[in-house]
Amino acid sequence: MATETIIWLIPLPPLLAFFLIVLFTNRWKALSHSIAVSAAGLSWLGSMIVFIRALGTEEFGKHIFASAINWLPTGDTFLKVGVQIDPLSAVTLFFVGWTVLMIFIYSVGYHNFGQPAGDHDHPGLPPHGATVTDEHGHSHAVLSVEPMYSRFFAFIGLFAFGMYTLVVSDNLLTLFVGWEIMGLCSYLLIGFWYAKPSARNAAIKAFMTTRVGDVFMLLGLAFLYSATGTLNYREIFYNEEVLHVLSTTATPIFGLTAAGLIGLLLFIGTIGKSAQWPLHIWLPDAMEGPTPVSAMIHAATMVSAGVYMVIRIFPLLSAGWVEGGALTPTMSFVAFIGAFTAIFAATIAVAQNDIKKVLAYSTISQLGFMIAALGVGAYVAAVFHLVTHAFFKALLFLGSGSVIHGMEHGVLHTGDHHVDPQDMWNMGGLRKKMPVTFWTFLIGGFALSGFPLITAGFWSKDEILADAFVNGHWVVFTTLAVAALMTAFYTMRQITLTFLGEPRTKEAEHASETPWTMTLPLVILAVFAVGYGWVGIPEHFPGLGGLLPNWFHGFVGATLLEEPGVLPFNWWPLVTSLVVALGGLGLGWLVYKDVKAGQRDPLENPLGAIYPFLKNKWYFDEFYAYFVVKPMNWVCEVFTPWMDRSVIDGILHSVARVALFIGGFLRNRIDKPIINELIGDRTADLFWNGQNIRFIQTGRIQSYLIGSVGVLIVIAALLYYFM
Amino acid sequence: MIPLSWYLYLSALLFSIGLFGVLVRRNAIAILLGVELMLNAVNINLVAFWRYGNTVSMAGQVFAIIVFAVAAAEVAVGLSLIYSVYRRNNTVIADDLDLMKW
Amino acid sequence: MDASQVIFILSAALIIASAVMVVTTGNLIHAALWLIASLFGVAILYAVLEAGFLAVVQVVVYIGAIAIMFIFAVMLTRKEMRDKGPQVNSSWPVAAVLGLLTFGGIWVIFSKWDGLGKLPAEIAGGSNATLNQLGVALTSPDAFVLPFEVASVLLLAALIGSVYIAMNKK
Repeated sequence: MATETIIWLIPLPPLLAFFLIVLFTNRWKALSHSIAVSAAGLSWLGSMIVFIRALGTEEFGKHIFASAINWLPTGDTFLKVGVQIDPLSAVTLFFVGWTVLMIFIYSVGYHNFGQPAGDHDHPGLPPHGATVTDEHGHSHAVLSVEPMYSRFFAFIGLFAFGMYTLVVSDNLLTLFVGWEIMGLCSYLLIGFWYAKPSARNAAIKAFMTTRVGDVFMLLGLAFLYSATGTLNYREIFYNEEVLHVLSTTATPIFGLTAAGLIGLLLFIGTIGKSAQWPLHIWLPDAMEGPTPVSAMIHAATMVSAGVYMVIRIFPLLSAGWVEGGALTPTMSFVAFIGAFTAIFAATIAVAQNDIKKVLAYSTISQLGFMIAALGVGAYVAAVFHLVTHAFFKALLFLGSGSVIHGMEHGVLHTGDHHVDPQDMWNMGGLRKKMPVTFWTFLIGGFALSGFPLITAGFWSKDEILADAFVNGHWVVFTTLAVAALMTAFYTMRQITLTFLGEPRTKEAEHASETPWTMTLPLVILAVFAVGYGWVGIPEHFPGLGGLLPNWFHGFVGATLLEEPGVLPFNWWPLVTSLVVALGGLGLGWLVYKDVKAGQRDPLENPLGAIYPFLKNKWYFDEFYAYFVVKPMNWVCEVFTPWMDRSVIDGILHSVARVALFIGGFLRNRIDKPIINELIGDRTADLFWNGQNIRFIQTGRIQSYLIGSVGVLIVIAALLYYFM
Repeated sequence: MIPLSWYLYLSALLFSIGLFGVLVRRNAIAILLGVELMLNAVNINLVAFWRYGNTVSMAGQVFAIIVFAVAAAEVAVGLSLIYSVYRRNNTVIADDLDLMKW
Repeated sequence: MDASQVIFILSAALIIASAVMVVTTGNLIHAALWLIASLFGVAILYAVLEAGFLAVVQVVVYIGAIAIMFIFAVMLTRKEMRDKGPQVNSSWPVAAVLGLLTFGGIWVIFSKWDGLGKLPAEIAGGSNATLNQLGVALTSPDAFVLPFEVASVLLLAALIGSVYIAMNKK
């Protein structure tokens, strides 16, 4: 089958799964998940085939797979939409295919397929456990199956469709379509347990916040289309002329060039979608959704889509920039946002107690790394970190889901439902109870921290730091280095509190390992978290460099018109990397290794006054609530009704009064006195006429005949005399 | 020899008398008598024109025969109508049958 | 003044006088009988016009059928044999004027026509040949068979119709 055909077909199986499940198989759990997993499998297969063929193509950057159809006639030409796989989308397709498939398989176990239905489970609330009585008459509680099981698979099927559409599209319009579909699915899935008010609010918050970003992105798209007449990647980003024209056209806003302004507007879309400061507020709340959702949407794919888009438009952002030269204004802004977000989120993650919230802030922080990398022009490093982050973050989230499941098992065992299975202070010592989860989580955590040499995170993060350092961006470098230190610290804090030491509660004592449908994806993702780094070892790395070719750099670099150059090796970034990674890990272990049950966080005292700020997310939500939400409420509830009643209704009433006045005037001053007098009483005349003429109608045929004969004679005479 | 004009004037006079009868008589049957007079006037006219015109073509006489047939049919139906009206309203006075009005 | 003219004048006088009596007499049976007289006069005229067949048909159909029907109808619609009240309605002056105008109008139209003084031509083949020709004309497809047949349908319709209308529907 031709590669282009396969590319067209890749997004379709999950969409088909969505429709089949929604329309037909909602009642049958096994059938629904089989349809969904096979659909994900088919898309995975298509992605792998395309990726392998892409690998085998010479000079892939120039000879991409592309296919387009004429879609919208616009005058003489057509707006074409189609699919395109160039090196960037090929590697994206790789990690999207794997992570989506792993998460689909994981969801089967996460929603407790095969378990009995719960005692008082309602659709709309998380499952609460079922009581099972065995043959000896002992009853104990076990995890119950999710009541809305098939619905979940339908939604993640639709989501996968959106992501695949975004990845295979060849123009910004269909990218935006996929973007919005994922936004919708994010809303549906965050609010999956819709009977929980916190979930509902989180879903609305996510949608609203990303919408703010999307509005600006749409403005950027419109500007781009009106400036160039196309939205196709190849025609804009791979095209010298177009980029040159855009980068030399000035706009009146902030003195930016057209390219810069478009890039800025599109980047604001990413600020929303990839949860960068200041639109980061939705991502931690989005942890209300089930963990596979957090893994897929808020770690591996949807937020990565934001970064993917910025990588796509990198030629636009960097139009006018030469390597080693000064950054364009938009790039500086991008770098600022990225670096600031990285350190901002890392500081908050340090003081969080919910296992998923730590990972959420960690995601925000790592996305900040990627964005900062793009801001300083480290194209390949950003893509590299995107791919490796998807793998290890998905791994970490799925691992945390496994931990929560184990803890829930313990909660059901003890029967104490006030214990939060997600709070790390209730865990401890889980490495003995859940070994597979422990080892894979450890690998993921080390990858996140950048443990040297054997984890993928090391290679990608090191490359970002090296790029920033060598090009002389000291502020960005230092900020990212400090953020990396904090990343390693909070990661080790998380691992220590959860897995190491002794169980701090009875629930942790009775935790157990999760079924194979949940641990198998963890293992597979761990393999990638370790191995994927080795495809991007820089050439000049001491010792290892040159052993394996830096395939990644050459392959992905070919996406741009001019391949980015290979940087010379420098010891400083490497040393900094090693120090912050190992130092952070060590520090985290040291501080938290002896924490006992009921103890306060050892960080509280040293950090003193800052600690409450960190724990409460720097009070950002409260800030927005006061300065944004309250004014909007005032506008909607007070101002608009007032406008409606007083102003608009007032205008209507005055119009009515004027009309009445004119009508009265015309009637009483003109109509009655003047016209009626002139013409007189027509009705009386008519009446008089009628009264008198009606006697013609006698009903007697002879009088009618007399009349007709008379008329006939008259007409005959007339005819005779005038013919 | 009788000039054509005599026949024509005769038929005109007969026609006018018949017309007068139709317009004036109160009894419905008398009105139909007037109609018969008019039809006969027409017939005289037709046959006269036939005789004083083209006697090779029989159109004139055939026309007159058809008029006979039509007159017979019309009288039959008309009288049955008058009879049925008489049965209903017990009158044949045309002036009393004045329902076709306001 | 030759014989045919005399006959014409006598029959014309009969016709006109009877017609006037038809439209003025009070007794309807008398009116029907005066009609029969008038129709006889018309039949004589047909004979003078050498349309013998028509003369006979006039007597048989008009007098023998139609006038008899009138008499039947008069008998059926009378509670007494004699009408009460006036026989002419209130607008007879207007109708008289109209009748005079009609006659006058037709006279005027005819007087402008120059064929008025025409005299009859000889009938080819003699006057008896016209009967043969009439028969042929009535039944020949190139001639008038269609009106003939339609007339028979008309008579059928009239027959059924009048029976139905006058039927006692109890």
